[in-house]
Amino acid sequence: MGGVFHASILFLVAAGLQVVFGVQKIFNLACGSFYALGAYAGASAVAYFTGHGGSPALFIVPLALGGLAVGLVGVVVERGLLRFVYDRDETFQLLLTFALVLMLEDLIRMTWGTAPVSTGGLYLSYGQARLLGATVPVYNLIVIAASLAIALAIGWLLTRTAFGRIIRASADNREMAEALGVDMRWVYVRVFTLGTMLGTLGGALVIPATAAMSEMGIELIVEAFAVVVIGGLGSMRGAFVGALVVGIFRSVAIAVYPELEMLLIYLIVIAVLLWRPRGLFGAAAA
Amino acid sequence: MRAAVTLALVGIAIAALPRLAPAYYVTLMLPFMAYGVVLLGLNLLFGYTGLVSFGHALFIGIGAYTGAVLTTRFGIRQMELILPAAALAAAVVAAPVGALCVRYVKIYFGMLTLAFGMVFYTFLLKFYKLTGGDEGMRMLRPYLLGQSWEGFSKTAYLIGPYYYFSLAVLVLATLLMWRIVRSPFGLCLKTIRDNPLKAESLGVSVPRYRWYAFMISAVYAAAGGALLATPTGNVDPTLAYWTHSGNIVFMVLLGGFASFFGPLLGAFVFIFLQDTVMSVFPYWRLVFGAILAVIVIFAPGGLMGFFARRTVTPVSRA
Repeated sequence: MGGVFHASILFLVAAGLQVVFGVQKIFNLACGSFYALGAYAGASAVAYFTGHGGSPALFIVPLALGGLAVGLVGVVVERGLLRFVYDRDETFQLLLTFALVLMLEDLIRMTWGTAPVSTGGLYLSYGQARLLGATVPVYNLIVIAASLAIALAIGWLLTRTAFGRIIRASADNREMAEALGVDMRWVYVRVFTLGTMLGTLGGALVIPATAAMSEMGIELIVEAFAVVVIGGLGSMRGAFVGALVVGIFRSVAIAVYPELEMLLIYLIVIAVLLWRPRGLFGAAAA
Repeated sequence: MRAAVTLALVGIAIAALPRLAPAYYVTLMLPFMAYGVVLLGLNLLFGYTGLVSFGHALFIGIGAYTGAVLTTRFGIRQMELILPAAALAAAVVAAPVGALCVRYVKIYFGMLTLAFGMVFYTFLLKFYKLTGGDEGMRMLRPYLLGQSWEGFSKTAYLIGPYYYFSLAVLVLATLLMWRIVRSPFGLCLKTIRDNPLKAESLGVSVPRYRWYAFMISAVYAAAGGALLATPTGNVDPTLAYWTHSGNIVFMVLLGGFASFFGPLLGAFVFIFLQDTVMSVFPYWRLVFGAILAVIVIFAPGGLMGFFARRTVTPVSRA
């Protein structure tokens, strides 16, 4: 079950990575940093909430809101940095997101210091449940359910709404979408902010189960990266399946042979890249 | 002609530095020279072949750990043996890894190299008995030219014999790379970068040449990694971490990937600027991230790009 919890967090971050790659064709190395940012913001929001007499039972509300609110930084990043490089080579786009990784890591250190930040003992405030013979914190189940709901909501957004159609059209053929009167600047800002918010929400939701550390972002990016490679770049279904594969294999490996933990994940990544370079759900053509 | 004079002056300045500058700045030159070797190789891949590796720290790690293992486990202390051993180890790893990676270009090449780099990183981290885990291993002071230099203090050793040894390695590596990029082989790489289809139709085996370039750059990175380990005296897994790979790509871009000497300038500026920034402000990543963003957006040619714009080159040799 720990694997599924981890998978649902990974899915959120990877989904953010995918939607941005799908539309803007930018592989955002900074998605892990957004995740870390969300974690710290969520922890701060909870601390403020409980510090002002909020009921501990409701801590998940400020947690999620804090995570989502800090996701608005995506607007600043897109307008302030990314919009200059859409016409450039992928290499430069990748390096620009690497610049973001460097900056965000230190901004987090400046704001929250280097000591780990946690939400205290709130993790188990919803109690534990017995499921399939294992004891699982109820909080984990809530996060898994929320992640599933978000997955469904994204699916609905992409396939059933006008905005979703515009996103898919822009992902397929940017020029054509523009020629048909879609304002790309508007689409890019929204898509990037959506992607950022998914990452920051993922970070906020993970925090009660662990503690926020400034390195958590650059560590998560390699896992999120494994998810999207296994699933296929730009594919939402791929993010979902990839997250499950990585989350479950990771927890199995930890239980069976800890030394193999991440090694196993990377070996799967390499195998997938060699066998199906576009991932399990990637588009057939470039 | 002007370039030759500039080079000669820079060379004299570097050779005379230990006599002129405080020891602290002289020791800062050591990572510069080590990274210089790494970046010469990396730029063969990045600037000349058009492939961006986000996992090159893998080979720095291999070189550094080769040095550490040889000096501590096998009692082999001669730097003249460590460098070829590091190069050989890198070549052995790079042959299969490169053969797989060069089947892809652009973002997929970057991702695959990143994945291989992280495989090695986790190996270093998790196989504690072999590698010392996150604490890493010690790198004993290597012998140079068959001498142990026991009488020298650590600083005297580093700013004396080791400085000139590193410099000699860097000069040799530079001369060799100069020959490589001017050779028919180097020209083939440039053709592959600019127009792979045309290169293929002219009879150049694109994957094979990319593979050669990958191997050469891996060997350079390992030699640089072995040089890098001595001044710190310790090697740890972060040498192979993906952000380290990102930093060396950053150095290349900072100096200018379109120029032969750009990466060397990039390494120099990166190391001295990092030292300066860290002495006044603890958050060097913030400053460097901003610098990288500015370079990417406004000056993709890097520092060398500024020189190139001012001096008029009659024939484009890019």
